[in-house]
Amino acid sequence: MKILLNEREEEFNADSISVTEMLILKKFSYKLRIIKVNGVLISKELYDSTTINDGDIVHMLYLMSGG
Amino acid sequence: MKLSEIRTHLSKFRVGIAGAGGLGSNSAIALARSGVGTLVICDFDSVEDENLTRQYFFTSQIGMKKTAALSENIQRVNPETVVLVHEKQITYSDVAEIFKGCDVIVEAFDRADMKEMFITSVLNTLPGVPVIAASGLAGWGKSNEIKCRKIDDSLYVCGDESTSACDDLPPLAPRVAMVANMQANVVIDILMSTD
Repeated sequence: MKILLNEREEEFNADSISVTEMLILKKFSYKLRIIKVNGVLISKELYDSTTINDGDIVHMLYLMSGG
Repeated sequence: MKLSEIRTHLSKFRVGIAGAGGLGSNSAIALARSGVGTLVICDFDSVEDENLTRQYFFTSQIGMKKTAALSENIQRVNPETVVLVHEKQITYSDVAEIFKGCDVIVEAFDRADMKEMFITSVLNTLPGVPVIAASGLAGWGKSNEIKCRKIDDSLYVCGDESTSACDDLPPLAPRVAMVANMQANVVIDILMSTD
């Protein structure tokens, strides 16, 4: 499956993956972040149950301290 | 468009600023100078000597509540700006009440967990109101790494999205003010295309 992740094309060897699986596969370990799938904010409790499918648009924002 | 027309247009709008530290104080001043009509500012903290390395306060204001000190500074640069302050530490459920009626909101927290909480709350409880977040502004140099990214109509982020502030890499005035002014610039860009 192919998705757009932060405007870049990414390919995964599966028909669909959960948000949690995507984070593991991409080694996105930093915990303070905002994730949107197809324009919808995904809260942390829903990472396991939200699936990402072929053609989906995913945005992830890491929140760095300072300000 | 002439300056007077731009200022007349911007005077119609209300902008929320969550946090009155490095990001909040600098973006508030830029927005006030530009002519934004009303600023809603929320912070619970007081001005300390250490803040003056990057926050828009003065030595005579040490010990004052940041909301009061920033109000004073805003009125000095633009007496016509209406400033509404909330002297409290924001929680998830306060956001909609404090920032209701705002056309755009600036996320100006220091702690990453507060940023996450706040952005999540705005997106969930004030749908349709764009939030301009900041992420990654510590240290010095690397000016070209500071960018503005539009995620969608409801979420923008300014910063380098990688440098985390800590004791060995503190935030300094130039990069902090660059990101804060970039946030203010995004706000004005949005307002200039809003009726």
